[in-house]
Amino acid sequence: MSTTAAGTATDWEIVVGLEVHAELATRTKLFCGCPNRFGDEPNTNVCPVCLGLPGSLPVLNEQAVALAMRLGRALHCEVRRSIFARKNYFYPDMPKDYQISQYDLPINVEGWLDLPSGQRIGIERAHMEEDTGKSTHVGGGGRIHEAGYSLVDYNRAGVPLLEIVSKPDLRSAEDARTYVSELRRILLATGVSDAKMEEGSLRVDANVSVHPTDEPFGIRCEIKNLNSLRSLGRAVDYEARRQIELREAGEPVRQETRHWDESEGRTGTLRTKEEAEDYRYFPEPDLVPLDPDDEWVARIDASLPALPAERRSRLAEAAGVAATTGAVAVAVERGLDELTLGAIDAGADAARVLTHVEHNLAIDGAERLDPGKLAALVSMETGGELTATQAKDVLVEMVATGGDPAAIAKAKGYEAMGADALVAVVDEVIAAHPDEWTRFVEGDGKARGKLTGFFVGQVMRATKGQADGKSVTDLLRRRADA
Amino acid sequence: MTTAATALDIVAAVRSADRRAVDVLDDHLAAIEAGDNEIHAFNLVTAAEARRVAEAVDRRVAAGEDPGPLAGLPVALKDNLCTAGIPTTCSSRILEGWRPPYDATVVERLADAGAVVVGKTNLDEFAMGSSTENSAFGPTRNPHDTTRVPGGSSGGSAAAVAARFAPLALGSDTGGSIRQPAALCGVVGMKPTYGAVSRYGLVAFASSLDQIGPLARTVADAAALYQVIAGPDPRDATSIPQPTPDVSAALADGVAGLRVGVVTELCEAEGMQPDVVARVRQAVAALEQAGAKVDDVSVPAAVYGLSAYYLIAPAEASSNLARYDGVRYGLRVDAPTTGEMYDRTRTAGFGAEVERRIMLGTYALSAGYYDAFYGKAQRVRTLIIRDLAAAYERFDVLVSPTTPSTAFPLGAKTADPLTMYLNDVCTIPSNLSGQPAISVPFGAGDDGLPVGVQVMAPALDEVTLFRVAAALEAAAPPREEPA
Repeated sequence: MSTTAAGTATDWEIVVGLEVHAELATRTKLFCGCPNRFGDEPNTNVCPVCLGLPGSLPVLNEQAVALAMRLGRALHCEVRRSIFARKNYFYPDMPKDYQISQYDLPINVEGWLDLPSGQRIGIERAHMEEDTGKSTHVGGGGRIHEAGYSLVDYNRAGVPLLEIVSKPDLRSAEDARTYVSELRRILLATGVSDAKMEEGSLRVDANVSVHPTDEPFGIRCEIKNLNSLRSLGRAVDYEARRQIELREAGEPVRQETRHWDESEGRTGTLRTKEEAEDYRYFPEPDLVPLDPDDEWVARIDASLPALPAERRSRLAEAAGVAATTGAVAVAVERGLDELTLGAIDAGADAARVLTHVEHNLAIDGAERLDPGKLAALVSMETGGELTATQAKDVLVEMVATGGDPAAIAKAKGYEAMGADALVAVVDEVIAAHPDEWTRFVEGDGKARGKLTGFFVGQVMRATKGQADGKSVTDLLRRRADA
Repeated sequence: MTTAATALDIVAAVRSADRRAVDVLDDHLAAIEAGDNEIHAFNLVTAAEARRVAEAVDRRVAAGEDPGPLAGLPVALKDNLCTAGIPTTCSSRILEGWRPPYDATVVERLADAGAVVVGKTNLDEFAMGSSTENSAFGPTRNPHDTTRVPGGSSGGSAAAVAARFAPLALGSDTGGSIRQPAALCGVVGMKPTYGAVSRYGLVAFASSLDQIGPLARTVADAAALYQVIAGPDPRDATSIPQPTPDVSAALADGVAGLRVGVVTELCEAEGMQPDVVARVRQAVAALEQAGAKVDDVSVPAAVYGLSAYYLIAPAEASSNLARYDGVRYGLRVDAPTTGEMYDRTRTAGFGAEVERRIMLGTYALSAGYYDAFYGKAQRVRTLIIRDLAAAYERFDVLVSPTTPSTAFPLGAKTADPLTMYLNDVCTIPSNLSGQPAISVPFGAGDDGLPVGVQVMAPALDEVTLFRVAAALEAAAPPREEPA
């Protein structure tokens, strides 16, 4: 995809790579036994280890390693022997003034993620590290430099994170959003993270550059503070436009870290390359190398659930539609793909089942619906016993009560309009409008289309809306072509 | 029985109710009271806590319960070992007022064994030094000659044992910080295999080198203390997950048939005093007489240990000491911004040697210098490990002087850090290789001051190490006790 800048012949390509931090859904922190829990009273989930008190030592959490490997394998990564490294920098919310992370030897390397469109995005690495505490700057509008004082909550210090680094394979803001959405689905499906952007358990930094399509990649800027998918999309768009404008004005893009200001809708310089910290990484001497054996990796593989991409293609195949179909994505997103597959398997019309899933089943308890009953409902609908509107009402009731569609329809008085009754009404309407009927019979496709609306409307009026529009259309066509 | 008794004699008397633990404690507290104004081995004497523990030991003895293998034994702790509710200063201003909320693993094990902690001993600030002169609270003096240093950094612990303030002490050894002061104070000091003793609760200097170890007046006493503190600990990921062998059982077995290598490079290193080397040769001859097969051995990379050490240790220290930033505990010097607060706090809180090593280490890890300094030092470390492994194919233990000289006068080397660093040339290789080593007193230098002989062994062979040490001790000339 390329963006053509107004007034020039240059085709600009936007290149985006994302660094996503996901908090691992472990019971305890990465290096100590404190609870990994969001929203508790500040500084209550702390101990000598996560406070970095003198003399304390980290001990690696096995569950965190298992979850890190789980995501790695879900992203088709190779799990390798890895070591931890210290990333050294001073900040009050970091108790040891270094972060235990992974550097040149991360646990997961070289994988990929397929977007729902089928586009394959490379995963460079997914490494483990500890989270920092959280600072609250009091006064001065919450910014550190103007604040009267700052408070630090170390409950989050030492919470396990996985940093998932994509290759620069994304080509638009939309790509970036789609990638994060899909990654989030995988994190949720695998139980690796609760992946809540609003609670900070999923955080995104974006590397953005632009280049004319016939030139190599441009200088990139890293954008921080992207707290929602909306921010991510807006920030990438803004940043790409900013860089293109600079380049078109003949000015270079400087490599720097930039901050997204959501209210201003713009990015601003946080620090330039020259001001970048030297983190002085070196191997963490308090921990031993991590070398999961093949047997452990095999157990992780065996325990992985079907992943969203796989589930989408399975459902699409069963329904006879493209994997990129919106309803298929929605079904998988809402965890209704097993239900959908079951209903199709029981003989229900796939298109109608997908329609219900997409439009009528965004309700609690939908996943508990019995596939056989859903299939029964759909066949009542295709048999003309229920209109689309009635079917939706019955469906909602089915989800609420677990009841049988026929019984619910009967209780609601929806059974009157049988197929024979509908034929009679259609014939009456045709007889009452001979001129329109003649034009319908003799007209081309366009004329028929207009008049179909007229006749369906008349039938609906006569039946007080109980007729099924699609059945009426079918009947009209059959009568005209008879 | 006076404070001159060995730890094993004292514990036997306490366990058999011949002597009360509180009386043992009182004798030692009296010795401290009488002598520590001059020596300054202790930063803090914890008399009240010690009395409670001693009384509890006596109650257990009276009740017929097992009071533990170190029952009633006064132990001095280097002041970089965390003690719950008791100040732990690392002899630094920056930890002023800090009381750890927890006990180090070794402190817990001492308590379980019935030992009585009598106080926290002085050290070079954050264990960085070889004379205990780099203490924010003033130097410790050598009990054999109070115009001289006790060595360091565990100078307070070594002096406390030598002055008979306590029969046992714990120190920490990163580049020789137990063995060197033990040699200079005429006591036994041992550095275990890396990972044999848990580091949990030892305030880190250089994490890949630090080990806690015992100081005592006899090899048997040191072995008994080692036995209690060693063993796996789930709170230290670098702790070796296997049980500790009984290191006391073979002490009397002698050295007949053992192969002893004398490391030539360490006997010929820069600054080695001839009288010290002569004592080492005498010690080796004694081992030979006792049936050991002795030969010289070359460990070529050993002499590069010093250079590698003074990059690796400061690099790790620069990171380990970053947390002393005034935000959470210890000293804070307020300033308008966080950055200035860091600067002022750390400038006021750290002494010159600590500052120097933080700067050295920060530089060694910097982008563009990492490979040339830290990376190269790690490669030298690998070479030393390889050369030592080759030597241990032919020898059961290696021997060298512990230090180039006997105790030097206070102030003699403070002006020139490099001269001071040379003190560690013989002790550093075992830290870099993670192997155990011990210093045993063996006679005196021309100045009449104690000389230490170092025995080194392969990883996890503490049994042989203590066995050879015991043979050396048995062959040593009678010791001069400090006044």
